[in-house]
Amino acid sequence: MKYLIALLILPSFLMAQNAETIIKKVDANINSESAITTSKMIIYGKRNDRTITAKGYSEGDKKSFTEYLSPAREKGTKMLKLEDKLWIYSPSSDRTIQLSGHMLRQSVMGSDMSYEDMMEDRKLWEMYNAKIITETTLEGRKVWEIELNAKVDDATYVKQKMWVDQERYVPLKQEMYAKSGQLLKRVLLSDVSKIDGRWYPKKMNYKDMLKKGKGTDFIVLDIQFNTKIPAHIFTKASLKK
Amino acid sequence: MIKFLIKGILRDKSRSLLPIAVISIGVMLTVLLSGYMRGVMGDIIDQNARFETGHVKIMTKAYAENKDQIPNDLAILEVDELMAKIQQNFPDLKLTQRIKFGGLIDVPDENGNTKGQGPTSGMAIDMFENKSGELERLNIESSLVTGNLPTKSGEIIIGHDFSEKLNIQVGDEVTFVGSTMNGSMTFQNLTVSGTIRFGTSAMDKGALIMDITDAQRILDMENATGEILGYLPDEVYYDNKAEAMANRFNEIFKDDTDEYAPIMQKLKDQNNLTGYLDMMDSYSGIFVGIFIFAMSIVLWNTGLLGGLRRYQEYGIRLALGEAKGHIYRSLIIEAVIIGIVGSVVGTIIGLALTYYMQVVGIDISDMLDDATMMMPSVLRSKITPDLLYIGFIPGLIAMTIGNMLSGIGIYKRETAQLFKELEV
Repeated sequence: MKYLIALLILPSFLMAQNAETIIKKVDANINSESAITTSKMIIYGKRNDRTITAKGYSEGDKKSFTEYLSPAREKGTKMLKLEDKLWIYSPSSDRTIQLSGHMLRQSVMGSDMSYEDMMEDRKLWEMYNAKIITETTLEGRKVWEIELNAKVDDATYVKQKMWVDQERYVPLKQEMYAKSGQLLKRVLLSDVSKIDGRWYPKKMNYKDMLKKGKGTDFIVLDIQFNTKIPAHIFTKASLKK
Repeated sequence: MIKFLIKGILRDKSRSLLPIAVISIGVMLTVLLSGYMRGVMGDIIDQNARFETGHVKIMTKAYAENKDQIPNDLAILEVDELMAKIQQNFPDLKLTQRIKFGGLIDVPDENGNTKGQGPTSGMAIDMFENKSGELERLNIESSLVTGNLPTKSGEIIIGHDFSEKLNIQVGDEVTFVGSTMNGSMTFQNLTVSGTIRFGTSAMDKGALIMDITDAQRILDMENATGEILGYLPDEVYYDNKAEAMANRFNEIFKDDTDEYAPIMQKLKDQNNLTGYLDMMDSYSGIFVGIFIFAMSIVLWNTGLLGGLRRYQEYGIRLALGEAKGHIYRSLIIEAVIIGIVGSVVGTIIGLALTYYMQVVGIDISDMLDDATMMMPSVLRSKITPDLLYIGFIPGLIAMTIGNMLSGIGIYKRETAQLFKELEV
C-alpha cells in the first residue's frame, strides 16, 4: 500500500520539481547581477502614439536607476529604486519626489506598465510556487504552460500564468491575475535573441486588460549584462546630476 | 347662513377644537416636510449644477462614457472653435470650460525632500478673466478661509482641511504630480495663495483649484478641455429648456460617428440625478396622498363622533322640518370653514418652522466624512410658493371628505322614528 501511494505521489512531485527547475532557468536568463539597458517604449494611445527612450541601470533586485532620454517633455526625468522605495526627479520642477502607496499602481508615462510592474525585479522562484499545467505550442514553439502562485505576501500579482519556451527557457507569454481571478495584465514576449550566452526577449508588449487599446511595446535596443556599475549611480544625489 | 355657522363653531368649542388641531398638525407636517424635501433637493441640484454638471454639459462621446474616470485623454480638442459654434446656436447659454484632474500634492521641507503627500482632486476654472462668472457661481471669494484668490499663473487655492492635514501655509510652494492628457507624468511647482472651504465634504477633502490656462499648460491641453458647462439665463435650471437644448445640440451631431464628437447632457441626466430627483418627487406625492387618506379617516371618525354628539340636534332640526339636504349642506359648509381655519393655522406654523429650518438647517458634516457624493453639509429647508397650498388643499379636502362621509348618516334618519328617539 505504501509503495502504491508513493507511486501515485511521485509523478506530481516530479512535475513540481520540473516546474521549479524551469522557472529557475527562466530566472537565469532574464535576471543578472547587473544590467545596463537602452530601451524604447512605444505607447499606443487612442489619439496618438508616443515613443519614449530611456537608459536603465540595475543591480540585483534591489537597485535600479532610469534616465529618460526623449522626447523633450520627458528628457531628464530620472527614477531611482532602492529596496522598495521609488524616487522620481523632474527637471521642470527640480524636485525629487518619493512615490508611495497607491501612486505606485499608476501607469508609467501613460503606458500599460505600472511603477509596481517596473519595480518588480525579484526572481520568480523566490516569489512563486510553480506548477506545470500542460504542454502546448505558441507561435510555432513548444511551450510549458506554468501556473505561478505567490508564496510571499507582497507579490504584485497573486497568480500568474506563463508560457515558457521548452528549448530556450524564455517566457513567450505571461498573464497576471488579481486575487479575485480577474486577468489584469498580459505580456507577449518576442524577438528572442542570444545575448552574452543567454536567451533574452528583446520585445515585450504589455497590455493592461482593464484598458482598451493595443498596449505598450517595450523594446530593448541594447543590453549589457553583468557590467560593473559605479555605486554613485544608485544614490539620490545622482537624480539631480 | 355662513355667519350663523361661524357663530356656532366659535361658541361650541367641542365642535371645532379637535378637528382644527388635527388639521393644523397634519398641514403643518406636510408643509414642513415638503419644504425640507424641496430645500434639500434644490440644494443638491444647485450644488451639482455649480460644481459638477452645469445646467447642460458638453463632452466628447468617449469622455461621457467614462466620465467617472475623468478621462482627459478623451477631452474636447479645438475647444475655442466649438465654443464659438455653440454660442452661435445657443446665444442665451453661458458657457465655461472646466478641467477636472487627479494627482498628488507633495509638500517639500527646507531641503526639498518630501515632508507630506496627499491625493488631490483638481478643478480648473476660468479664474483670471472670469468672463463667465465662475468666481461668483462657485462662491469662491466668500468661501476663502485664508489668503487670497490666485492673481497670476502658478498660483492655486486648496481645500482648507487639506491644507491643515498637510500643514501647508498660504504662500508655501507645493509640487503637483499628475498625468498629462497624453499620460506623461507632470510635475509642477505651485504657490498656495489661499485656502477654501465649500461646505461640501467631497470637495473639501482634497480640493485644488487653479486657472484653466495653467491646467491646460500643465496637462498638455492647449485649446482643449475636459468639459464645457452651460448655464441657462439667470442661473436657474428649467428641465424642459435644458432638454430641448440638449436634443437640438445632439441632433446637429447625430450623424457624426467619431467617438470624439461632442455630446450635450442636461443636468438631470448626469450623476444619476434623474432617478434621485424622480424618487424625491414620488416620495413627496406619496406623502401628500398618505396625509389626505389618513386625515380623511381621522376626520371621518371625528365627524362621526360629532354627529353622534349632535344626534339630538339633527333630530330636532329634522322634526322642525328642516330638509335633510339643508342640514347636510350646512354640515359641509361648517367643515369647509373649520378646514380653512385649520389649514391656515397649519400652513402658518409649517411656514414658520420651514423658515427656521431654512436659516438654521441640520448640520450633517460629521456623517459626510467619507462621502463622495456632491451633498451639502448643512441640510436646509426652502420656502417655495407651492408650500402655501401644498398642505392647505389636502387639509381642506380631508376635512370636507371626512364630514361628507360621516354626514351621510343624516339621510338614514327616519322621520317617523324621530319623536320616539327624541322622547329618549
